[in-house]
Amino acid sequence: MSDALEVQDLAVRFGGVAALGGVTFAVQPETVTSLIGPNGAGKTTAFNVITGFQSPTAGRVTYGGEPITRWRPHRIAARGLVRTFQRTSVFPALSVMDNVLTGLHLRGRIGLAGALLRRDRVRAEERGLRDDARRVIEFVGLGTRGDALASALAYGEQRLLELAIALAARPRVLLLDEPGSGMTASEKATLAALILKIRDDGITVFLVEHDMRLVMGISDRVLVLNGGRLIADGTSADVQRDPEVIRAYLGHGGQGAHAGA
Amino acid sequence: MATIGRLLILAIAATAPLWVWNPYHLHTLIMAGIFAVLALSLNLLLGYTGQLSLGHAAFFGIGAYASALLTVKLEWSPWLGLLAAIAAPGLAGWGIGRLALKIRGAYFVLLTISFAGVISLVSVNWMELTNGPLGLPGVPPIELAGFSLRSKSAYYYLVLAAVTACYLVCLAIVRSRVGRALVALRENETLAASVGIDGTHYLVLAAVVSAAMAGLGGGLYAHYVRFVSPEVFLFTYTVTMVIMVVAGGKGTLAGPVVGAVIFTALPEALRELTSYQWQMLVYGVLLVLVLFFLPQGIVPSLRAMAQRRA
Repeated sequence: MSDALEVQDLAVRFGGVAALGGVTFAVQPETVTSLIGPNGAGKTTAFNVITGFQSPTAGRVTYGGEPITRWRPHRIAARGLVRTFQRTSVFPALSVMDNVLTGLHLRGRIGLAGALLRRDRVRAEERGLRDDARRVIEFVGLGTRGDALASALAYGEQRLLELAIALAARPRVLLLDEPGSGMTASEKATLAALILKIRDDGITVFLVEHDMRLVMGISDRVLVLNGGRLIADGTSADVQRDPEVIRAYLGHGGQGAHAGA
Repeated sequence: MATIGRLLILAIAATAPLWVWNPYHLHTLIMAGIFAVLALSLNLLLGYTGQLSLGHAAFFGIGAYASALLTVKLEWSPWLGLLAAIAAPGLAGWGIGRLALKIRGAYFVLLTISFAGVISLVSVNWMELTNGPLGLPGVPPIELAGFSLRSKSAYYYLVLAAVTACYLVCLAIVRSRVGRALVALRENETLAASVGIDGTHYLVLAAVVSAAMAGLGGGLYAHYVRFVSPEVFLFTYTVTMVIMVVAGGKGTLAGPVVGAVIFTALPEALRELTSYQWQMLVYGVLLVLVLFFLPQGIVPSLRAMAQRRA
């Protein structure tokens, strides 16, 4: 499989501030790849551009050789790149089940005409989708919470629900933006196991995360951004030894570490 | 219990002309039915996609004029007129949906208000076509298998059939993947896009169905009153629809219908009970009380109450 996600010379400028100053990297298929860096390094900006929520000033994004730069988000999702958000993002007024069913949108086929005229097909599709949804809910460990309202879930559960919604969209690349933030240590351990299981199912996982223990424990590859530039790219061990990375994290001479984005 | 309740309501609705002898009361019921179609239509946008159209009277009016013009000037059959009353506003809804592309919230409201304003001005000023403020008299009655539906009780059944059809259309949409996509727009459009839901596509779709339904309401109105004037574009119609949807319970299927019946009957009841000066005042106070004590709307509040008791 050559379904690598490639980013070339990607730049994003907000006014005079360069959130991303021309970065190039690739995410290899069926790996867990992490993107780390201090606050304001441009990690979320990179995610936003890759998934179509933000237009780049320059550069391109390709997936499996196909340019997807400036596609609208729903089209990128349909191509198999599905993301979660840094700030918890669910459908609050809906049940866990309905949240995941909504995530399954791309798996359904019924359109307006079908909904109005082919109730038999709608029923068959709904049955299939419900089974799929139950499996996904079970997979992330929310099996007993299917009927609960998303807004009534504990914080850690909401983060798992986000993961379930994204998984329901049947991603080939799953982009997780700080999935572990706000989780307890044991919830993070569960999350790490889940991420590895997702990778073993053949889904590429691209991760933005601050928790170094989580990152180093599960990543096949780590990319380090600082001030909108890529300063390291290698295995967890390589990156941990890299002097520039250590400088960036300790704050000595990490130029641009305070540039906001 | 719920099934019995539903059957009871159906039985009452189906037999109404048999025991409602006062023609004025029957007229009120017909108007309630037409408003139920309009409220169901508005609810599809406001209740499900979360976008408020404050130009909904435009779709109602376009439907009324489409059917009236085609039947009066070109002598089309009223049934074809009704079809045009669905198609023409549907097309307008498509235009509004496409224009709205990324426009949401307050800007969507402004877009729909402006659209309604423009259409209303056209209806007043395009004298050759619309006869301007004088309106179009002589809209023919609807006939079915050689029988004229001129009588109130016959028209009542036509309107009842239309309400049922619109209700079923809404039900079919809501209980499918399409309805879930609409709700996803309302709840969190960014997240919806991230799982592949094309917001614009579904907003356009909702706008088309909603506008077409409002147009049907307009067509039914035109062939009932048998006269159409620019008055059909009055902002009051839109406001009435919003009141019915919000007070009845937006985002529910029964809410708009309940709202339409109550808020059509209420002013008439007040007219009989009080003098003109008090009528609107009491109406306003009652409306405020409903919204204050049942902020979710009448239907969701009653459901919650029933659940608590069970």
